[in-house]
Parts: sequence; structure tokens; C-alpha cells
Amino acid sequence: MVYDFERPIVELEEKIAELQRFAGEKGIDLSKEIENLEKKSRELKEAIFSQLSPWQKVLIARHPGRPNTLDYIKLLCTDFIEFHGDRCFGDDPAIVGGIARFRGRAVTVIGHMKGHDTKENLARNFGMAHPEGYRKALRLMQQAEKFKRPVLAFIDTPGAYPGMGAEERGQAHAISCCITGMLTLRVPVISVILGEGGSGGALALASGDRILMQEYAVFSVISPEAYASILWKDATRCQDAAGIMKITAQELYAYQLIDGIIPEPLGGAHRDKNEAARLVGEAIAHHLEELVGYSVEELLRRRFERFRRIGPEYLPGNDVT
Amino acid sequence: MLDIFKKQRQRYATVNPVTRDIPDGLWVKCPRCHEIQYSGELAKQLKVCARCGYHFRLSARERLKITIDEGTFIEWDGDMGPVNPFQNPEYGEKLARAQQESGLKEAVVTGEGDIAGHRVAVAVMDTRFMMASMGTVVGEKITRAIERAREKRLPLIIFSASGGARMQEGIFSLMQMTRTCAALSFFSSAGLLYISVLTDPTTGGVSASFAFAGDIILAEPGALIGFAGPRVIEQTIRQKLPEGFQSAEFLRQHGFVDAVVPRPLLKKTLAQILDLHRSD
Ligand SMILES: [Zn+2]
Repeated sequence: MVYDFERPIVELEEKIAELQRFAGEKGIDLSKEIENLEKKSRELKEAIFSQLSPWQKVLIARHPGRPNTLDYIKLLCTDFIEFHGDRCFGDDPAIVGGIARFRGRAVTVIGHMKGHDTKENLARNFGMAHPEGYRKALRLMQQAEKFKRPVLAFIDTPGAYPGMGAEERGQAHAISCCITGMLTLRVPVISVILGEGGSGGALALASGDRILMQEYAVFSVISPEAYASILWKDATRCQDAAGIMKITAQELYAYQLIDGIIPEPLGGAHRDKNEAARLVGEAIAHHLEELVGYSVEELLRRRFERFRRIGPEYLPGNDVT
Repeated sequence: MLDIFKKQRQRYATVNPVTRDIPDGLWVKCPRCHEIQYSGELAKQLKVCARCGYHFRLSARERLKITIDEGTFIEWDGDMGPVNPFQNPEYGEKLARAQQESGLKEAVVTGEGDIAGHRVAVAVMDTRFMMASMGTVVGEKITRAIERAREKRLPLIIFSASGGARMQEGIFSLMQMTRTCAALSFFSSAGLLYISVLTDPTTGGVSASFAFAGDIILAEPGALIGFAGPRVIEQTIRQKLPEGFQSAEFLRQHGFVDAVVPRPLLKKTLAQILDLHRSD
């Protein structure tokens, strides 16, 4: 899938590939021409991606080719074993989890799971979890605590699923428990928002010591479409909504609501998943190194302080009354 | 001309917010059974329909009046007004209107008072203020109330009602879910009691955070309680929800609330629970 604003990049890349093929077939040296085009391609990517609008970032965050949680787990870790089920109702394919080794250290990994195509997405419910998903995540976190493993949580969801079964099985209760469970975990917890961080369903996995966002990830209280439809009765104004909602990694970092932005390869993570994973790995390793140095008390004290400070005094001169 | 205008303004300014939403001498129609009743009578029945038992929504002041022993309530942070983190002018206007219409500075009132002689910390959300959505200051007032309850070693009662996180404050709103849960877990580890009372409606970011974190969770009859609102669910599944879906009774049946307590029995029930947790 290619968005309109990506089209010039893709066309140029196709042209380069064609020239390479032609040169190979005919045995002519076109390296100079190809080099020129590659330079042009890089410049074009830089030009387009340095000026992405918030809405274009939403589209990149939702790109079906964007690496998903299992892609990252496999690229970042070795010895991954997936664990299933909440031991209560069932297994939610919209949240995956298990244990693995990250740079020599045993870790617990959990995360929302989107698919790359419609079939996969239907099987994963588009990454929209039910209560049993959050309860599985909580169970695996508590297991991590028992065995003193750090937790890596990957966030990529439009939101918690708004369906009948989800309500019957206590969606609100499950999210509430997941938030509190993560907040009080006596091991380091790093959350990385990979694509879409949608509402309470995303927040359920973002109550740890660090919240990092990939460069083109978004984190929002509600989707721009829903914001526009509720406030302006016009869902087509989602681009305007994305602009005023402050949902991009850059804006949230400026407000100190997240702890770091993880750079993506030029053109977005979907253009080079190995490089994207390398960059995510570097960021996680950096923060993990710092967190494992704290005593449990220090870790929890800092974690609570981090959330405590996100109050109104954080926003001086804003009182409207 | 100017004089008349002045007079009118004065009269508006002296209207008491407690009685303003149903002024004396008006007739009120029950939204469920359509019975028309005299508002004075309705108020005496704690705003419960005499015919069908429908529980009308209460303002925060009305709730405090029927719950807290007379003359014992001390408000906390009553002067805290909302913030507009992204300086959104539409939101600014909305806030000003909500303040004018509700007579409140924000969507929650917090403080301490007695319930049948038991000292408690209490927070009451008021749906007349932007459907009691949780923004930064609602989160802050609730967080502070939880912290003060912990310092004073008081039991905590929160009357929740909310449409969810206040979207105009973006992630600042969403993070209030985590903040309030953090304060509650600290409160809980001190061995203190938190009774969560779910009232109509308790949904979204409020239900998915502090409202469902109670040691004991009570609900008022007929209250709508859930994560997603019914309209969002109906749009997603493309069918109508059955009667009573996400009602307090439905939640009790599915194991998510301890008891559904009719309003006339609520104060007595709270007093009984508080008495059973007395630490002397
Ligand atoms: Zn009635």
C-alpha cells in the first residue's frame, strides 16, 4: 500500500530498480545515473518526511506494512516463546506475550498485535483487545515480577474493542487492573508505542517507567476521526483534528509526556524493518541499562513521581477562570 | 436600560446552584415512565421516580446534601479551575459555558465530611459540567483527595459519573487515569478503605481507571456503566443492544459490582460498611 504523499518516492525507487535491471541485462555501466537517482531519492524522502503533517503521521502509524509487535520481538530478541491465555476466559490474539532474551537478558515481552493484511487483521481483531487480552498481559507481567525479569511492552492499537462480549467480561475493569498492575510492578517496565497508541486500550500498557514513541507513532485520547465527528459532527475533518489534538511523538515529547523519540529509517519503519528494529533495540537497551541500576524502591519512587507531576501546575498560566 | 440589565445580572448571580437545575414550582417528566411529578415532591424522594423507581441524575451538591451529615462538609480545592493545555479557543468557550451553567469551577467536588458520624474523604462528579469528563484538573482534584485521605487516614468514597476522558486536553486527560490509579495504589497499600459508587453514567477513562479500582464497588439502580458507550458499540457491531445492557443490574449479574443499592438506602449502606471497617 502506498499513500499519495509517498508516491513520488515509490516512483523514483521503481525507476532505480528498473535502471539496475536494465544495466544488468545489457551489461552497461549505469552506476553514475543510478547513484544520481539514489541521491535524488534520499533528498526527496528527506524533503517529504521532514514536513509530514500530523495527519500524514497518523497514516504512517497505521501503514499495514509497518512492522508489528511480533516482527519487532523476532528482530530484537532470541529464544522467544509465546505464552497464551488469561487462565480465566480465553486467549486474545489481539495481544501477544511471552518470554525471550534481549541482548543477553531474559525479559517478558507483551504487546498489541496488528496484522499486515486483511486476513491477519481479522484474526487479530485489528489489534483491538478484549478483557482477556489485558488480563493475559497482567498475568505475564506478574510472572515477570516473580522471576525478576524486565518487561518490554509494545503498543499498537486503535483502542480497546467496543463490543458486547468485551463489556460483558468487564473491559473497564480489565484495563483498570492492567494500569494498576503495571504501575506497581517491582521490575523495570519500558513501553514503546510502535504505531497507533489509541486511548485507554493503549494506556493499559503504558504505565511503566518509560514511554518511548517511534518517530511516526501517534498517541491520542481518541482517534482524529472520532474527535472530528463528536466535536464538529464531521468525521471528514480528521486532518484538522489531528493538527490540534497534539498526538505526534514530537509534540508529546515537547510537553514531556513521553520520555523519548525513537528515530525511524528515512521514509518510515515500513521502508526498512531491520533498521527500524535496530533503532528500537538501541533505545530500549539505553533505557533498560539505566533502569536496572535502580533499587526496587527507587524504581517505584521514580515511576510514581513521573505520573504525579502530570498535573495542572505542569501547565503554568493556563487557568481560564 | 442599563439599570434593568444590572438587575438581571444580579438576579442570575444569586441563583443557588443546588436548586437551579429543577427550580421550585416546576413539573418534571420522568424519562422512563413519563409520569409527570412535582419537582418539590421529587426532591423529597431523593430524585427517585415515585412510580417506576428511575434514579434522576444528581448534581454534586445534591449528592453531598443527601450523603454527608449536615454542616460537616469541608470542601477541598474548591477554587481550582480547569486548564486549557493547548489553548484551544473552542474548548475555552465550552469551559466558560459549563461553568456558567453548572455553577461549578470543574466537574468534580472533593472534600471531607461525616457519614452518620464516620469521617470520610469524598469526591463527587457532576455530569452537568461537560458530562463530567476527566481533564487534568478533575484528575488533579481526585488525586489530591486520595492523597489527603491517605495523610488523614480517612476512608475514601468516590461517586463516579463520567462520559470518559476529556478529549480537548488530549494525552494530559488520558494520563489522569494512570495518575489516579497510582494515588489509589499508594492509598490502598496503607490499608485504607476505598468505596467506589458508580452512578449514571460511568464510562470510558473513568470506569477504566479509579472507578473500578474500589475495594468495594456499589452502583445505583439503572446506572449506565461500561467502557465503551452504547452508541459506539452499536455502530461497531451494527445491531441494537438489548434492553438493560450495561445497566448496574447487568454489571452485578456479570460479577463486576458488589451491590446495586437504591438511593434511599445508600447512605445507610455506606454507614454500615464504614462501621464494619472501623479500626478501634
Ligand atoms: Zn418513572
